[in-house]
Amino acid sequence: MKPEQIASIAHLARLSMDAAEIPRYQESLTSILSFVGDLERAQTRDVSPMAHPLPGLVQRLRADVVTETDAHELYQANAPQVAASLYLVPKVIE
Amino acid sequence: MSLHTRSLFELAAGLKAREFSSVELTRTLLARIEAHQPRLNALISVTGESALAEAGRADAVLARGGGGPLTGIPLVHKDIFCTEGVRTTCASRMLDNFVSPYDATVVAKLKAEGMVMMGKANMDEFAMGSSNETSYYGPVRNPWNPRLVPGGSSGGSAAAVAARLAPFASATDTGGSIRQPAALCGITGLKPTYGRVSRYGMIAFASSLDQGGTLTASAADAALVLRAMAGFDPRDSTSVDRPVPDYVAGLEQPLAGLKIGLLREFFEKGLDPGNERCVREALKVYEKLGAKLLEVSLPNLALSVPAYYVVAPAECSSNLARFDGVRFGHRARDPKDLMDLYCRSRGEGFGAEVKRRIMTGTYVLSAGYYDAYYLKAQKVRRLIADDFAQAFAQVDVLMGPTTPEVAFELGSKTADPITMYLNDIYTIGANLAGLPAMSIPCGFVQQLPVGLQIIGRHFAEERLLSAAHAYQRETDWHTRVPPGYE
Repeated sequence: MKPEQIASIAHLARLSMDAAEIPRYQESLTSILSFVGDLERAQTRDVSPMAHPLPGLVQRLRADVVTETDAHELYQANAPQVAASLYLVPKVIE
Repeated sequence: MSLHTRSLFELAAGLKAREFSSVELTRTLLARIEAHQPRLNALISVTGESALAEAGRADAVLARGGGGPLTGIPLVHKDIFCTEGVRTTCASRMLDNFVSPYDATVVAKLKAEGMVMMGKANMDEFAMGSSNETSYYGPVRNPWNPRLVPGGSSGGSAAAVAARLAPFASATDTGGSIRQPAALCGITGLKPTYGRVSRYGMIAFASSLDQGGTLTASAADAALVLRAMAGFDPRDSTSVDRPVPDYVAGLEQPLAGLKIGLLREFFEKGLDPGNERCVREALKVYEKLGAKLLEVSLPNLALSVPAYYVVAPAECSSNLARFDGVRFGHRARDPKDLMDLYCRSRGEGFGAEVKRRIMTGTYVLSAGYYDAYYLKAQKVRRLIADDFAQAFAQVDVLMGPTTPEVAFELGSKTADPITMYLNDIYTIGANLAGLPAMSIPCGFVQQLPVGLQIIGRHFAEERLLSAAHAYQRETDWHTRVPPGYE
């Protein structure tokens, strides 16, 4: 892993990172990727990928009916900045 | 007999007979928390006032002859479970100020049973860690020796139960986070089958692996709580719609004829000889009780940790994308634009291990690397699940050590993440395959507890609990209390 790769991943992951922090992640991500690189050894031709641990289980969909009542005040009590029931963010469009 | 060393069954009998009240019991345990918290740091929040109010209500129900076997019994919840009106931090600066607007299903179910919440247990940040050292609120210390870690990520829950601050603590297990701290703290930990206990309101880390479960002194106590915690929940899309057996009634299943598979790879290099001796002694007890031992193999075991450290970070990077500094959680000061708001809020809110996993996940899911890492890991996951299925064609349960060694010193594995990750070598397989698994105390090495792991087929919790219970009737390891906490 090169420092610019770390900076690029951090940006993709929306994590601010000081230049001083980069070597620490460079070292650990390099060692993690080399460790998981062992997976290459496995013979996986004709093996189907497993995304879910229970065989045959399909994710359910719920009925398309209204089940929740409006509780925006309760939910917005945790928001950093709210005005007129709207979440505030820095200006996006000039 | 002191209240704090009693089993859940003994507490229930005492409450029912009005030998003591729930308020008295809760006061006793809150006083223990207050006395030992400075040393252990097992809790992030203590909810003493509401606990006493809940205990008072439980006493009123009990006085009318109402309530069930858990009514009036105090607990602590791992701080990953949302608790209505109570701060829920997931041990992260990101959620330091988050007050959950609703209860997790596990919390609601145990509340409905009349259990009393005394507080929220410390843990590794977002459950990412094996030593409880990644918590924003500082490490938890092992009650057996304060220089040592309690294990993780459910380290606060495990320390609280081991120090007899609470007779039960909820916990979660994504790669060993219930079983490993149970082993390191000398208590009983149960990770149920994936889908058995609702994940609704349990802050997500890796959604195809996360499972809530129990930390208690004994298997019998685990059976009693699991019966109340488990069951179908329409609010969790991967919850399994299948009846919950009466785990308590199932405890007395005979062991005779039980076929136990010894996992060959669990006894190979890396296992401390002292831990091996304790586990082999435990296996002799099972033989004496009429079980048959057979050696079985999981040929792909060595790949379980690498597969996990692709799948879990991938799911983590996706789940933790919700923390954007807009709707809840930490927000950076004076952001110059929306991108700056996202990046700095997340950069400041998450700790180093969480960032490392988010970045690993982001990388393995990115264009050009997806097939080589993520898809490959999912295929290896299938190989590991198939290995378990083949083993279970020959035997009823699998046994082996929970961890390669006893509790280690604080700071001793933090420099290199791989050293820390390898501590979960024996536990990760059950998560990848979705299998239920337990850790029960089976002896000591240099005055530190050792765990025996029991893994079962999907939904075989009853079998695991009865096998653990049979052992705990023959031995007293699970009743040992760390010096200073008797």
